[in-house]
Parts: sequence; structure tokens; C-alpha cells
Amino acid sequence: MANPIEQFEIKTLVPLGKIGGTEIAFTNSALFMVGAVALITIGLTAATARRSLVPGRFQAGAEVLYEFVAKTLREAAGHDAMQFFPLVFSLFTFVLTCNLLGLVPGFFTVTSHVIVTASLALLVIGTVIVAGFVKHGFHFLGLFVPSGVPFWLLPFMIVIEVVSFLSRPISLSLRLFANMLAGHIALKVFAGFIVSLGALAASGGVTGILGVAGATLPLAMAVGLTALEFLVAALQAYVFTILTCIYLHDALHPGH
Amino acid sequence: MDPVAAKYIGAGLACLGMGLAAMGVGNIFGNYLSGALRNPSAADAQFGRTFIGAALAEGLGIFSLVVALVLLFVA
Amino acid sequence: MATPVTAQANVPGIEHEGASFPPFDVNTFGSQLLWLAISFGVLYLLMAKVIVPRLSGILADRQARISGDLEAAAKAKTDAEAAGAAYEKALSEAKARAQTLVHETRDRAAAEAALKRQALEAELAEKLAAAEAVIAEGKAKAMSSVRGIAIEAATAIVERLTGEAPADAKVAAAVDAVRR
Repeated sequence: MANPIEQFEIKTLVPLGKIGGTEIAFTNSALFMVGAVALITIGLTAATARRSLVPGRFQAGAEVLYEFVAKTLREAAGHDAMQFFPLVFSLFTFVLTCNLLGLVPGFFTVTSHVIVTASLALLVIGTVIVAGFVKHGFHFLGLFVPSGVPFWLLPFMIVIEVVSFLSRPISLSLRLFANMLAGHIALKVFAGFIVSLGALAASGGVTGILGVAGATLPLAMAVGLTALEFLVAALQAYVFTILTCIYLHDALHPGH
Repeated sequence: MDPVAAKYIGAGLACLGMGLAAMGVGNIFGNYLSGALRNPSAADAQFGRTFIGAALAEGLGIFSLVVALVLLFVA
Repeated sequence: MATPVTAQANVPGIEHEGASFPPFDVNTFGSQLLWLAISFGVLYLLMAKVIVPRLSGILADRQARISGDLEAAAKAKTDAEAAGAAYEKALSEAKARAQTLVHETRDRAAAEAALKRQALEAELAEKLAAAEAVIAEGKAKAMSSVRGIAIEAATAIVERLTGEAPADAKVAAAVDAVRR
């Protein structure tokens, strides 16, 4: 059976040399990152090139995407968070495009690597911290002091709040990473079942009939899982975005 | 006990947490759906919060998957 | 954890020693981070400088156009209402003017008619007075001739009865006394 982990391997396409002992190369991961960015920017630029008052099909799609993210950001973080809209929109489109590109058979899934999702999550949390300190100074630390708590509980609550704040980037990155990873592994495992049971079917005889029956089942399962993975790809991009918006809300309005 | 066997048993046990997280996610969506059927007009406004709750519940289950992966491939 | 090579050999998924789980392979982190920074940075810049302003511009233009059209429609409606009110006002004014015109005409006609009637009445009264004067004259004439006739008749009667003619003065006095 094919190794289900193999699809996540980073393959060096163009070696570029070494920086401080770390090998730097143009890899398949980099190819798909650049491809996703090119797809997003070219697609959105071409869709909005005509700036027509009555939108065509592609422009309407771009507008729906924009309105969707803008609505999410406005509802979760308030109107003053619209200054972060380019960041949130970039995150959403990037994660969504990478997730969906990864579902094409044979394509590499950028977001199935924890370093990528962790970088994006750290970017979000870094933005939250910087924006919070810039906007509120040290009042931003009031985020860790919940109001309406008895004073003898405060030390515990502050510890809990700090831990929950620190766990945010971890859970944000691991959720996306593990969802994409687990989904692709499950797809690969079921695809492997189809191949091995199909080989049994090719052997003919009674086992062949059993093999045909046995191979049909994981095939149906793989089809269903693919549909589920499309849902998960969109859903995880949405979840990443809405959690980003909620963390931005904390940065702009730190009081509980 | 063979350390490798212990590792795999540990990974399997860690994956139980995924099932528990599934219960949590199911609970959230079930409650959302029953609430939405009782008061459909309020359903749309709570759609985002449902996914936040589901994401948080799922995140905890994801940690157990990560524990399993670390046990399998890193430790 | 020290892994015995013998146990590792028949584990599916990990074929050879050292081939770790790709997402946890620290050796690839450098280039992934570099390319993520480049591609996401480019994406963010293009988003912030080109795509988001363009999309929000399109939406703002449409919003402005729609609200402008709504405003124009509201203005047209108020204009139409004002025109309607002006029309109503002009109509009522015209009605009032017509009314006054009718009144004036009627009054003038009535005044003229009254004037004519007065003139006619005066003329008629004049004629009547003249006629009455003629009649009175005739009557007086007749009355004066009646006295003469009565005197002659009385003279004749007295002459026939007595056979002699009475004195005219006596007869006249007698007639006057009777007539009085």
C-alpha cells in the first residue's frame, strides 16, 4: 500500500544554496504558495478589471468574497477593524486557495505543513499584540484581567487568561494543519484500499468477485470523503478567518 | 514492554480524544440545530458563533491527534 | 526515545530510518518560511494596494449610484407633488376667477337691466302723464261743453214749456247750481 505520508514530502525543485546551515531551495511547497498567490491576485484583478456597475459573473464572485469577509470582520471585530481588512482578506483567500488547491489529485497542500500555519497564526497574534499596544498602550494588558471577579480569584483568573491567550496561536495553527493533514491521510488510506482490493479483483475467481465488491466500498467512501474535504477546506479557512477577527476584536476592545 | 509497542499503544489511546472532541462538536451543532428549529429567525445571527464553538471544541481534539502524531513520528 | 532497528523495520508508514514525518522535518522549515514570507508578502501588498481599494471602490461607486438614484427619485417625487399642488392651486384660482367673473358679469347685466328698466319706466310714466293730461284736458273740455249744452238744453226745455225764452244768465246760474 502506498505510504499515506508521502504526499506531504517536500521535494526540492531548484536548490538555491545555504543560509547559516539551513538549506534554501525552491520546493514544491514554494511552487504551490506562489501558484496560490498568482491565482488569487490574477483572478481577483482580472475579475474586477472592468469595474462595471452591473457585475459580470466573475466580478460578482469577487464581490461576494469581499462582502463575506468584510461582514465577518465587521460583525466580529467592529467597524474600526476595517483597517485590518487587507490582512484578513489575504489570510482568508490564501488559506482557502491553498486548501482547495491541495484537493486536486497530485497537488501539494501548503497548509498541511505546521510551519506554514504556525507562521500565519503567529502573524495574526503578532498583529493583535502590536495593534493592541499601539492603540491602548499598557491598558491592553487589561485583556488578562476579567472584570467582575472576586479579588482572591484574580491571580488564578489572570493565569488562566494568559494561558488561554498563549494557546491561541497554537490552537489556531494546529487546527488548520491537523484538519488538512488528517483529511488527506484519510483520503490516501481509502484510495490505497481501492488499489489493493482492486488488485484482488484482478486476480479473478471467487476472490475476484469479493475484490470487486470490496473495492467498490472504499471508492464510495473516497468520493464521500472528497466532498467532505471540500467542505472542510472552506470551513477551516472560514474558521481561521473568524478567529482572526475575534482576536483582532480583543486587540481593539481589550475590556471584557 | 517494547518501547515501540508502547509508543503505538499511546498513539492509539491519544486518538480516543478525537472521538471525545467529536462528541463535543456534535453537541454544539445539535444544540444549534434544535435552537434554530425553534426560532429560525435568530438562527442566522448565531451561525458564526456556532462555528467558533465548534472550532474551539475541535481544537482540543486536534491536540490529541498532534500528541498521537508526535508519538508516532517524533518521540 | 531509542528505537530498536528491528522493531522499526516492519512498521508501515516509516520505511527507512531517518525519514521523519515531513511536516515536522526541521530541515525544510527555512525554505518554507522564506517562500511563505515572499508569497504572502506579495499577496498582502497587492491586496492592500490594488485589489481591496478596487473592490471597495466598485462597491462604494455602486452604493453611491444607488443612493444617488434613490435621491433623484425622491426629488422627482417631491417635484411631482409640488407640481400637483401648483396645478391644484392654479385650478382653484382659475375657478375662483371664473366665479368672480360670473358674478361680475351677472351684477353688471343686472345693473344694466335695472337701468334700462328705470329708463323705460320713466318713459312710460312720462307717456302716462301726457296721456293723463290729454285725458284731463279732454275731460275738462267736455265738462265745459257739457255746461253749454245743459244751458242750451235748459233754455230750449224752458222755452218749450213756457213758450218764452228765459234769460241766459238765469239759466246759466241755475245750471251751475244743479251741477254743483
